[in-house]
Amino acid sequence: MNEDWVLYEVFIRSRSGLEHKHVGSLHAADARMAIEHARDTYTRRQEGVSIWVVRSSDIVASDPAEAEELFEPARDKVYRHPTFYAIPEDVKNI
Amino acid sequence: MYTQALDSPEAAAADERESERLERFQARIDRDEKIEPKDWMPEAYRQTLLRQIAQHAHSEIVGMLPEGNWITRAPSLRRKVVLIAKVQDEGGHGMYLYSAAETLGVSRGELIEQLLSGRAKYSSIFNYPTLTWADIGAIGWLVDGAAIMNQIPLCRCSYGPYARAMVRICKEESFHQRQGYEIMLTLSRGSAAQRAMAQDALDRWWWPSLMMFGPSDAHSVHTAQSMRWKIKRFSNDELRQKFIDVTVPQAEFLGLAVPDPDLRWDESAEHYVPGPIDWSEFHAVLKGEGPCNRERLEARRAAHGAGRWVREAAAAFAEKHREPPHAAPAG
Repeated sequence: MNEDWVLYEVFIRSRSGLEHKHVGSLHAADARMAIEHARDTYTRRQEGVSIWVVRSSDIVASDPAEAEELFEPARDKVYRHPTFYAIPEDVKNI
Repeated sequence: MYTQALDSPEAAAADERESERLERFQARIDRDEKIEPKDWMPEAYRQTLLRQIAQHAHSEIVGMLPEGNWITRAPSLRRKVVLIAKVQDEGGHGMYLYSAAETLGVSRGELIEQLLSGRAKYSSIFNYPTLTWADIGAIGWLVDGAAIMNQIPLCRCSYGPYARAMVRICKEESFHQRQGYEIMLTLSRGSAAQRAMAQDALDRWWWPSLMMFGPSDAHSVHTAQSMRWKIKRFSNDELRQKFIDVTVPQAEFLGLAVPDPDLRWDESAEHYVPGPIDWSEFHAVLKGEGPCNRERLEARRAAHGAGRWVREAAAAFAEKHREPPHAAPAG
């Protein structure tokens, strides 16, 4: 069995003005081929105007086991949201 | 894995940790949380998903063959571009699903090897031949129709990568079914010979399509656990019934007869009640005795073999043009 080609993650910008969004992954021998495969695999119906491909091995991800310590501290900081503050009805434009 | 050392205190503690983990995992599922590749999951959950996603991926890939058979003989340019687009979609669906399977810790190479060696299963429907142009209509209408019925609930599957792939697939699949029905409609409004061709295709594809939903609930080994894990949302029989209920009126509109003499409308249940399904045929096709099992695998092996030099050339080209490691900045 031959070794698999490099795994790439694919990001597509669906319209100009929007961010690139992760859509999936694919294998390719090199970056150029990854772009071509991404075009055939993920944009057959005009889903995009721009493609990024990134080697999966180059992505550094947070550890799910650390999710609690990373994200829990934000839970009780409701004062970071505008709805935390009561403003009288009569005050406009705020 | 703990059975050898059940007496040791460490093993007992490990057992307890395992059951706690299982409980926490099930609680996440019950809360409708999605499970992502790096999250902890029970080995049986991983294996169940891997088996299902891989089979699904193989089905998409093999599914290109019966329809590919008619690309060069499509009756018009319009039909031809549509069929090419549909077959290309199936290839794309196979790619999405292989990628999803790989997140569970199997390589693409292994998956392809499983298919080519004949060890992997794929949907038995693709082991039937496409004898006439009407079969292309019947496949889109019935086979893709049944697939959609199966796949829509999978968009809510508990495993994130599979659910996301299914959302994409379902969006594309709807065109497949409609183009199939359009072919059937054209034939059924055509000459006597065309109507006969449409009826013949329905006669041959009806029962195999019903079998696509898998064995009846009483004989389905995996259903209960898969439903607990929210990999599956409806049982095989529920989905099959839904398919029959929506498809029979579509056949009536075409003026074609569903090849089931026992089929009747149950007024009180508001369901169509089909006659008994011949499961011996299903099991025979699954075991490799279908009309095209051998041909399908041979076609896949030939394609894989014929493409080898292309893969090797691409790899050699990539190797030759590989960027040198970042040089230290010039001083």
